[in-house]
Amino acid sequence: MTEKIDLEGVQKTLKTGIEYIGLHRVEGPLVFIRKTHPVGYRELLQCVDPKGNIRLGMVLDTTADMVVAQIFESTTGLTLPDTRVRFMGESLTLPVSEKMLGRSFNGLGRPIDGGPVPLGMEERDINGKPVNPTARQYPRDYIQTGISAIDGMNTLIRGQKLPIFSGNGLPHNDLAAQIARQAKVRGTATDFAVVFAAMGVKHDVARYFIRSFEDSGVLEKVALFLSLADDPSIERLLTPRTALTLAEYLAFEKDMHVLVIMTDMTNYCEALREISTLRGEIPSRKGYPGYLYSDLAELYERSGMLAGFGGSITQVPVLTMPNDDISHPIPDLTGYITEGQIVFEREMHGRNIYPPVAGLPSLSRLMKDGIGEGMTREDHPHLSAQLFAAYSYVKDVRNLASVIGEEELTPLDHQYLEFGEFFEGQFVSQAKNEDRTMEETLDLGWKALKKLPAEELHRVTEEELMEYYEG
Amino acid sequence: MSSRIIGQIKRVNGPVIEASGITDAGMMELVHVGELGIVGEVIKLEAGGAIIQVYEDPTGLKPGENVYGTALPLSVELGPGLLGSIYDGIQRPLEEIRNLSGTSIQRGITLPALNREKTWHFVPSPEIPEEVSGGLCLGTVQETKHLLHRVLVPPTLHGRLQYLAEEGEYTVDTVIARLETEGRTAELTMMHAWPIRVSRPVRERLPFNAPLLTGQRVIDTLFPLARGGTVAIPGGFGTGKTMTQHAVAKWCDADIIIYIGCGERGNEMTDVLTSFPDLVDPRTGRSLMERTVLIANTSNMPVSAREASIYTGATMAEYFRDMGYHVALMADSTSRWAEALRELSGRMEEMPAEEGFPAYLPTRIAEFYERAGRMETLGGWEGSLSIIGAVSPPGGDFSEPVTQHTKRFIRCFWGLDRQLANARHYPAISWIESYSEYVEDILPWWEERETGNFVTNRREIMELLHREVRLSQVVKLVGPDALPDSQRFILEVCTLFKNAFLQQNAFDDIDRYSTIEKQARMLDIILSYYRLGSAAIKKGITMVELKRIPALRDIVKMKFTVSNENLDRLDSLAIKLERQLTALEGHHD
Repeated sequence: MTEKIDLEGVQKTLKTGIEYIGLHRVEGPLVFIRKTHPVGYRELLQCVDPKGNIRLGMVLDTTADMVVAQIFESTTGLTLPDTRVRFMGESLTLPVSEKMLGRSFNGLGRPIDGGPVPLGMEERDINGKPVNPTARQYPRDYIQTGISAIDGMNTLIRGQKLPIFSGNGLPHNDLAAQIARQAKVRGTATDFAVVFAAMGVKHDVARYFIRSFEDSGVLEKVALFLSLADDPSIERLLTPRTALTLAEYLAFEKDMHVLVIMTDMTNYCEALREISTLRGEIPSRKGYPGYLYSDLAELYERSGMLAGFGGSITQVPVLTMPNDDISHPIPDLTGYITEGQIVFEREMHGRNIYPPVAGLPSLSRLMKDGIGEGMTREDHPHLSAQLFAAYSYVKDVRNLASVIGEEELTPLDHQYLEFGEFFEGQFVSQAKNEDRTMEETLDLGWKALKKLPAEELHRVTEEELMEYYEG
Repeated sequence: MSSRIIGQIKRVNGPVIEASGITDAGMMELVHVGELGIVGEVIKLEAGGAIIQVYEDPTGLKPGENVYGTALPLSVELGPGLLGSIYDGIQRPLEEIRNLSGTSIQRGITLPALNREKTWHFVPSPEIPEEVSGGLCLGTVQETKHLLHRVLVPPTLHGRLQYLAEEGEYTVDTVIARLETEGRTAELTMMHAWPIRVSRPVRERLPFNAPLLTGQRVIDTLFPLARGGTVAIPGGFGTGKTMTQHAVAKWCDADIIIYIGCGERGNEMTDVLTSFPDLVDPRTGRSLMERTVLIANTSNMPVSAREASIYTGATMAEYFRDMGYHVALMADSTSRWAEALRELSGRMEEMPAEEGFPAYLPTRIAEFYERAGRMETLGGWEGSLSIIGAVSPPGGDFSEPVTQHTKRFIRCFWGLDRQLANARHYPAISWIESYSEYVEDILPWWEERETGNFVTNRREIMELLHREVRLSQVVKLVGPDALPDSQRFILEVCTLFKNAFLQQNAFDDIDRYSTIEKQARMLDIILSYYRLGSAAIKKGITMVELKRIPALRDIVKMKFTVSNENLDRLDSLAIKLERQLTALEGHHD
């Protein structure tokens, strides 16, 4: 018998050997190459400038006589006649291994901490593959973050994607770092890891996170993917993808519980808009491409738990709302994909409340299945519902007071104002290193409710009133 | 895969592919693209070329690769075995794909939608005329304990019946009947294929005559949906569209539920998949999954399959309707479907209309909602298809194109309100913005029931809710003390109605589902508090005294404490309320 020749493999090797000299056109991060062999959609390419520097790129549009590709690094220094291009015959992959924890990488996954390239155990396509919905496992285990505004009112669940909607100048980085430091699942000793993806953030912000991880002694459990503000914007499109590829490997091959922090998603979307505009695509709202929703979903949906696997991916994306506008396409589309949101309020920040988590628009969708008897405490669901309802009425009373004056309010409304003060000042507000247990949070919630008469508490049961309100 | 090469790839730039060298491709033909065999559909033909929309990730496709034709339009398989299944947007069975390719979905997989190995017990109909036509029932299969699957002659066929199988066990692709039709012989099996973009014919449309009961008080009482009606649920993120859809899917009194997760979260489909099998249908006592078909095309799955998923679902729903069943179809969310249309239209470089949406958006929306209705089927049964479409307006702004165009083609509107959702008032259906044009259609149905003065009660409470809006505007300006007790009492009753009636806890074992009898009595009690209380105020009783009566606390909690089975307790509560109010007046005198 003759040995079967792997024809396809041979052809692939031959084709990656072909080098094309000369570009047809360069426009921002896009390069146009003419008369190539048939090149696959989204294929990886290497672009070598006259000085011999190699840059990576990806094919966006392919026809028989013209290929359009985006270069992930800067296109500065490319020339039309002397640039050489090689097509790699596959899409961009990331070599992944556990050794990547404790290291820093750029958006493409190359080390930037001076260390050697970690030996990859496995090459993974950075785009991932859509998870079969039947293979998912519904997340139910809560994570104690030690932050009352989250634990009590918007409980984070392992495998959830819960973004922070913030604004410029608000302490979203502090909160994200605090979550990363304090997050724990009680009663279990688990292997955890943090994957941190920075897109277009400033150097000092990145340093703040690194220091914060260092101080709490978890740095060797953290992998950092940094595409900072002065890196080419196009690299930001890859940063979350490489970060999530490692997270998936750690969670579903190594059974680790991975917390992924991605900041700032607004910069990611800006980069996407930049490419889309350059390609001359028809824009939808505010110039963002029509596929912004699908593109964000490709990232956010790479979280959760899989049936039969021990690990999980919990995502905390951070985004700054342009002009604090929650209806802007970026927060809006994010909110439609993620499982809730933690919304920051500038007015609360002004009153020195940290974290300035707005009570009403914040929400955790998975909370309902992760709290209550046997999980947090049996009174938790009703308590949080009651706090929400009462706080919502506080807002009405404050509006009324601003029109008719506080003196004109009924005694009951005055009690509500007192409740509001306590809720914001004692329950929501806490120190940046304060780590409250779930019991402390819930007891504090009841303490707030004691400012109100029992007849007003419709959402808690008689038994709960007996045990926690009267007692 | 078919080996008929119909052309070659010319250009790839996303899920829309240009092909050249096309000779005999048909419009809307199902094709396989490239050596991976990626599923696609021909959406445009031009001299020698075609535009193909592919339903899987096109990564790696190259110019020059072949395009293979199937000579068939994109169709779904219809037959026993649909119920309890979960499919993707082009009806590939996700459970089987998982067994084959693990946790992620591999490309190029083609699997039959209906299990070919499983046998079903077929019982032929006793009396069949010699001449048969589309829609005629050849026999039945007991698909689940409560659903008798009628095996029908496919709608377009007619002819002389030559052979009909005897009672026995058959697989879905065994020939069970032969028809002689125009000189040819047609072989029929228990399943047949139907193109998803063509609605299945019926004999005639019938007027609406009954509500689709959902067990949700704000819906059934204030804004009812008729069987065969259409409704849109618009709402910004976090207002509870999906929760409302789930609640209706769980508790509505349809025979079949088709639930389409169109461009939404993966975990939500997992939630349905894990919770439905354990939930019990209150009417049949069986698992809810036995009446449900799920179509999951989550947001990270290919965008063109999202576009197709709506039609896949509608075709399955029509198939069950043709058997004479009441079908409810949930589409969550139609905005994602519209966005898929926009994305594909953009890739084809079509001229956009509003906000980048193609100009044919309203036509497509209309076509989809018109597939609903109460029908007399070809077989002579009465069946209905109700469509419940969620809309996700960007920024929660209802003036955007998808919401606006949808509003033109639906007759019932459950608008979700951000303020209510923020106050955790669920379901957050706004009683001011929502409407139902079906109220008049189903009035006779209500009048036939023994539900007391429900019809007048409903009118009265709607009036009170609207008066409350005006009164609270006054309160916002001058404070509540400026109003006389009679008007403040209206505010009080409306608050009571919102807390005790409109809010419904989907996670409470008793509260999650209310029969219409319970709804009618609860409404009656709240209104009698209003009527008796108003009368008392006229006699000089103050509102503070009215608020203190002990029965009030029982009224607030009645939704949790009185189950659907022992409604007598509501009668005794009504008597208690009346007695306490009379006592109050007596005390005053």
